[in-house]
Amino acid sequence: MLEIRDLRASAGDKEILRGIDLTVNAGEVHAVMGPNGSGKSTLAQVLAGHPAYVVTGGSVRYRGQDLLDLEPEERAQAGVFLAFQYPVEIPGVTNAYFLRAAYNEIRKARGQDEVDSMDFLDLLEEKLKLVDWEPAIMSRAVNAGFSGGEKKRNEILQMAVLEPRLAILDETDSGLDIDALRIVAAGVNKLRRPDNATIVVTHYQRLLNYIVPDYVHVLSNGRIVKSGGKELALELEARGYEWLEDTVGAAS
Amino acid sequence: MTEAFVQDFEARAGTATAEGPEWLEPIRRSAMERFARTGFPAARDEEWRFTPIGPIAQGTWRPALGGAGEVTREQLAPFVFGHADWTTLVFVNGIYHEALSTIGTLPPGARVASLAEALRSDGALLHGHLARHAPVEGSPFTALNTAFLSEGGVVHVGTNVDLASPVHLLYVTTAEAGGTVAHPRNLIVVERGARASVIESYVTLAPGQAYWTNPITEVAVAAGAWLEHTRIQRESETAQHVGLTHVDQQRDSRYRSFSLAMGAALGRHNLHVRLHDENIETLLYGLYVTRGDQTADNHTAIYHDQPNCRSWEVYKGILDGRSRAVFNGKVFVKPEAQKTDAKQTNRNLLLSDGARVDTKPQLEIFADDVKCTHGATVGRLDEMARFYARSRGIPAAAADLLLTYAFAAEVVEEVTLAPVREELDRLVRSRLGGL
Ligand SMILES: Nc1ncnc2c1ncn2[C@@H]1O[C@H](COP(=O)(O)OP(=O)(O)OP(=O)(O)O)[C@@H](O)[C@H]1O
Ligand SMILES: [Mg+2]
Repeated sequence: MLEIRDLRASAGDKEILRGIDLTVNAGEVHAVMGPNGSGKSTLAQVLAGHPAYVVTGGSVRYRGQDLLDLEPEERAQAGVFLAFQYPVEIPGVTNAYFLRAAYNEIRKARGQDEVDSMDFLDLLEEKLKLVDWEPAIMSRAVNAGFSGGEKKRNEILQMAVLEPRLAILDETDSGLDIDALRIVAAGVNKLRRPDNATIVVTHYQRLLNYIVPDYVHVLSNGRIVKSGGKELALELEARGYEWLEDTVGAAS
Repeated sequence: MTEAFVQDFEARAGTATAEGPEWLEPIRRSAMERFARTGFPAARDEEWRFTPIGPIAQGTWRPALGGAGEVTREQLAPFVFGHADWTTLVFVNGIYHEALSTIGTLPPGARVASLAEALRSDGALLHGHLARHAPVEGSPFTALNTAFLSEGGVVHVGTNVDLASPVHLLYVTTAEAGGTVAHPRNLIVVERGARASVIESYVTLAPGQAYWTNPITEVAVAAGAWLEHTRIQRESETAQHVGLTHVDQQRDSRYRSFSLAMGAALGRHNLHVRLHDENIETLLYGLYVTRGDQTADNHTAIYHDQPNCRSWEVYKGILDGRSRAVFNGKVFVKPEAQKTDAKQTNRNLLLSDGARVDTKPQLEIFADDVKCTHGATVGRLDEMARFYARSRGIPAAAADLLLTYAFAAEVVEEVTLAPVREELDRLVRSRLGGL
C-alpha cells in the first residue's frame, strides 16, 4: 500500500527527514515512536502534502501512484487521512458543513453522487455513535473552542466518516483521558479492515494496548533507527530512547 | 463646483421639492450657505484623508429626478428578502414611488411614510427630530444633504409599540440615474419601550451607471427602546456613495446595527452613535467586501457620555483586486462615563497583493474606571486552515472560498432577524463566487 524509500525533507534550511524507509501493507498497523523533535509529525505531514516541507530526495509510492506528485486534496481523495497532532480551528464553518463538504468532494472525485444534508445526517448519526458523541458538536465551528480531547475525538470522527485506506494518526492519544482513549481506540479498531492500513504515531505504550501494532518503528533524528514487533514498544517504555540514539550517533 | 449646487438650490425654489413646513426652509437655506462657504472637504482634512472624493468634488451632478416608469415589482423581488409583505418604501432614483411601495399592516401607534408625506402630516414630529440629530456642521456632505432635503422615509414607532415585522427603505437606481445625485433623508424614531427593525438598502438595477447617493439617516432611540438597523449598500460599482447615520440613544435603550457594503466605487459610511444616558447598549457590526478599484470607507464614532454603558463593535472586510478599505473607529469616553465597557475590533482579509487597508482605532478616554479595548488585524487566509481543509479532500479553490466565507459568516451571524440574515448570507456567498 505504502512504500517510502530514502525520504528526505526539509523546512527552510533545516533537513528534518534524513532518509526514511518504511513499507506498510494493507491490513497492517504500524506504530511510529521516537523522541520529541525526531521528525514524526514531519513525516506524517509530508505524507499528507503539507506545503511547508520540501521533499529533497527519495520516493513515496501509494497504491501504485507517486504520492508526492499529488496535491493534498488528491491524496485525501485517494484515501490518505492524517489525524493532526494539532487539529486546526476554523471559526465560522460548522463541523457538519465542513465534514459534508469533505465527504462530498471525496465522493465527487471518485465519480459518486454527492449526498444531501438529510442523507448525510443519517450517516453522521451512525458515525457519532462510533465515537460516543452527541450531535450538538456538529453545529459548532470546526474545532473552535474545542478542548484538547474534543479536537482529537473530532479527528477520529472525520476519519470514521471519510473511511480512508491509509490513516495516519499523529499523537491522537495525547491529551485524552482514559475513557476517551478507549473510545478513540475502539473507533480505530472498528474501522480496521484487511484492505486498509494505519500508522499510529505515539509516545505511549498505553495506546498500543488498545490498538495493537504489527510493527513498531523508532524514529530518531530524521531516520528510522530501529524496527520490531509490538514488544519493542514495551522495551522503549522500560529503557527510553537514549540507548538507540547512542547507536545512531556511533553509526554516523 | 460648489456654485452649481447653489444654482440648483435656487432653481428649485417654488417647485415641489422645495415644499415643506415654514420652519424647514431656513434650515435648508443655512445648510446651503454653509456648504457654499466650505465646499467639499479639502485633501488635508483629517476626516477625509484616505477617502477619494475627487470624482464627487470634480464631477457635475444633476439632481436625481426619479424616472420610475419602467421599474416593476418583479425587478425589485431580489431585494425584498422574500417578504413582499413587509412594509417597504421604494425610492427610484431618489424619488419616492408609491405604486411600488407596500404599506403592510402596522400596529396602532406605528407609522411609516415618505418624508414628503410626513412633512405634510406629521409636522410636529419632524420639527422635533429632523436635522436635530445630524448637525450640518458635521461635514459638507451633511450640509448638502440638508440643503436638498425633501425625499426619504420616516419610521415612527410609538411608546411601547412592537413593530412586529421589519420596515424596509429601499433605494433603487436605474439607467436614468447616470450623472445624478440624490440626497435621501431618513428619520427613524423609536419611542419609549418600543421595538423595531428597520432595513435600509441602496441597490441598483443598472450596475454600470455612475451616479452619486448622499444619504443621511437620523435615528432616535428613546428610553428602554430597542432597534435593529440593517444597512445594505450594493450600489453600482461605478457609483459614489457617501452616507451618514446618526443615532441618539437614551437610557436603557439598545441599538444594534449591521452594515454591509459591497457596492460603489467609493462607498463611505459614517456611523455616529451618542449614548446620552446610563445603561445603554450599542452593538455595531459591519462587513465590507470589495474588488477591482473599489474603496470601502467606514468611519464610526461612539460617544460614551454617561456611566454604565456598553458598546461592542466588530467590522470585518474582505478585499480583492486593487481595492482599498478605510476603517476609522472613534470611541470617546467622557470623564463622567465611568464603568464604560467598550470593545472595538476591525479585521481585514486580503485576497490579493494589490489590496490595501488603512485601519485606525481612535480611543479618547477621559474616565479612569473603564474597560476599553480595540484590535485591528490585516491578514491573509490562514495557511494552516487551508491545508487542513485540503487534507480532508477539499480542493484549494473551494477551501479558499470556504475560509473566506467563514470569515464573513462570523459577522453575518450577528443579524438577529432570520430572513434578513439568510438573505445577507446568500448575498455574501454569491458575491464571493458561489458555494
Ligand atoms: N515548518 C517547520 N519549520 C521549521 N522547523 C520545523 C518545521 N516543522 C518541524 N520543524 C522542526 O523539525 C523537527 C521535527 O519536528 P516534528 O514536529 O516532526 O517532531 P515530532 O517528532 O513530531 O516531535 P513531537 O514528539 O514533539 O511531536 C523539530 O526540531 C521541529 O522544530
Ligand atoms: Mg509531533
